[in-house]
Amino acid sequence: MSLFALLADYTLQNVAIGAAILGAVSGVLGSFAVLRQQSLVGDALSHAALPGVCLGFLVAGTRDLGWIMAGALGSGGLAALAILGLTRFSRLKTDAAIGAALSIFFAVGVVLLTVIQRRGGASQAGLETFLFGQAAAILRQDLWIMGAIAAAALGAVALFWKEFKLVTFDPVFARTLGLPVAVLEVALTVMVALAVVVGLQMVGVVLMAAMVIAPAVAARQWTRRLGPMVWLAAAIGIGSGIAGALVSALGPGLATGPLIVLSASAAVAVSILFAPGRGIVWEAVERARERRALRGRQVLATLLRLAREHDDPSYPAEQGMLDLYHGLGTRAALERLEGRGQVARTAHMPGEGRHWRLTPAGREEAERVLAEFGGERG
Amino acid sequence: MQALLDSPGLMIVATGLLVGAAAALLGPFLILRRNAMLSDAISHSIVFGIVTVWLLTGAASGPVQILGAALTGVLTVVLTEALAASGRVRDDAAIGLVFPVLFSAGVLLLNLYAREVHIDAHTVLLGEIGFVWLDTVGLAGYQVPNALVWMGAMTAVNAGFVALFWKELKLATFDPVLAHAFGFRPRLMFYLLLFLLSGTAVTAFDAVGAILFVAFVIVPPATAYLLTDRLVAMVLLGVAISAFSTLSGYGVATAWDVSIGGMMAAMTGLCLAAAFLFGPRYGLIAGMRRRAGEAVASETRALVVHLAAHEQGAERAEENVSGAMRSHLGWTKAQARRVLLRGLDEGLVTRDGALLGLTPKGRAEAEALIEPWRRGGG
Repeated sequence: MSLFALLADYTLQNVAIGAAILGAVSGVLGSFAVLRQQSLVGDALSHAALPGVCLGFLVAGTRDLGWIMAGALGSGGLAALAILGLTRFSRLKTDAAIGAALSIFFAVGVVLLTVIQRRGGASQAGLETFLFGQAAAILRQDLWIMGAIAAAALGAVALFWKEFKLVTFDPVFARTLGLPVAVLEVALTVMVALAVVVGLQMVGVVLMAAMVIAPAVAARQWTRRLGPMVWLAAAIGIGSGIAGALVSALGPGLATGPLIVLSASAAVAVSILFAPGRGIVWEAVERARERRALRGRQVLATLLRLAREHDDPSYPAEQGMLDLYHGLGTRAALERLEGRGQVARTAHMPGEGRHWRLTPAGREEAERVLAEFGGERG
Repeated sequence: MQALLDSPGLMIVATGLLVGAAAALLGPFLILRRNAMLSDAISHSIVFGIVTVWLLTGAASGPVQILGAALTGVLTVVLTEALAASGRVRDDAAIGLVFPVLFSAGVLLLNLYAREVHIDAHTVLLGEIGFVWLDTVGLAGYQVPNALVWMGAMTAVNAGFVALFWKELKLATFDPVLAHAFGFRPRLMFYLLLFLLSGTAVTAFDAVGAILFVAFVIVPPATAYLLTDRLVAMVLLGVAISAFSTLSGYGVATAWDVSIGGMMAAMTGLCLAAAFLFGPRYGLIAGMRRRAGEAVASETRALVVHLAAHEQGAERAEENVSGAMRSHLGWTKAQARRVLLRGLDEGLVTRDGALLGLTPKGRAEAEALIEPWRRGGG
């Protein structure tokens, strides 16, 4: 199939649009969840959507996305309240509360799945696709529902941008300003449930946690400002959503959820390694460059001290001796300095190894270095 | 004997009991270390290990499978800790980034290469404890269900580990620094624990699936944590609670003809809810009653101190009458009446017409409150 034919394919269009909607919502809302250290709440809410999906199906009697989403939102919200209640009113800590809510809600969902199965509706209903996602099952009318939810969630973020930002970074200050901090925090958590609901068909309940976390973590590596981070997270979410969904639509029997998650995780890996200023590789390169610059300054200073001690501005220092001074090879540093015109090779006596002297430019630089680092000992 | 082993119901319950016991033996240490969500991460990512080991060796169960797949669980923890240690991702987000990748890879491998095996994506998530009696091995002349044999071995290993290293585990959990100072290797202990947890997850996942296993690890120990302060009691209570959940869950599931594993896990949730509400010391209701009792006691104290303060002075006729309770102590009429009646009942207060006085017992109590340093010493 050519690229053009792919793009014109009706199902693929649906898939790509759905993946883009999902990526935008989960990237934006995930940014707040990750910054508020609530990453794993997304995990719990997505697992907790399962009983709601089943209940929605039981109420509607068919695979009606509206009802199923309403059910998922309801049970996700309930799980969020359960976590909040357990951490506030019992001695359980956040991790245990999240794990308990996640597994208990999922267990109820498993029980309800068998209830539906016994009625003989599950196979034609395709409820199991909500476990891992099945992008190809998305219909045009589903997209309208997903789009409406996404628009509502993103609209709320735009409308209360300042408030959400303040609550995320400094809830105590927000309270002194008289903001309803508890309401805003609950709203941010419930909106994660909205992202989960949008992702039901694309990624499924099991892996939605990754879609909440991964784009936000990737975006965080590139910027330290909330605005750009949210935009970037949305972009990464959209990109990985479309990439995963397209691959899954091409291959037979490939669940969409895992592919989207792997795309987003690849974005995280690239960002953590290569993001400027924060990436691991970036940092290693930067450190190596600084080490080289320091070595060059050290060698210049040594040459200047030797010159002063010998009362000879262009005292020829032997390379082997410089090596001994610094306890390691100085050849690379000397050649770099030579390239900058700060030292020059000089002929001393034949067969005595390579010698170096400071050029006038190098002497100026070396004097500056010594003055700056207080090394007027020489 | 063989008749017992051929009884499906008995075998299902026995397997469930062993899963519950093996998980609840290890769970308390995770909860006390606030690492409960690691069990969620491990139980998801062993899917990758199970598929990989199966593809490499063809072993779908048994020691090779348990050891090999358990290593994936440890790998998850190592990767998570490395990611968090890089300082670019917070702990919770690191957990949520690593396990979805391994889980996604496992599911994709299953879809691509292992479509014929009994481990399909559906079993991975939900397990099928109802079928454990189908797959048997010969052992000492009897046909014993495979799952029962390996689950029994795993439970024995876990029990042996916890009993043998009780002191080390306890110290490493509550005070890792002191444990390190004593040479107990707390990190090694922790990794051993997680290795056993991974092995248990691999062994149990045929029966209960990846996510329901989390319920057995977290919820019974969390429930026990709401009921006791002692580690021994927490471990034993956890095992008892999971046994109760298994038995009641099996009963309910067969009565309603729904998922047995799901119902067992859901019953652990019921236990948690009961402990959360009705726990004698840390329960919600006990806490509310305690606070109410404290409020009542402080009201009575206010009354006796008020009466004692004005007992001698000329203002007695004005202060020590029931009307003054409202104007001077700010109580409502009903509240004043209630406190006064309680004071009379407890023999602290006397009434002479409108005038209120203190009994010797009431005066002693007031003096102890006003000048506590006189108490006892005379």
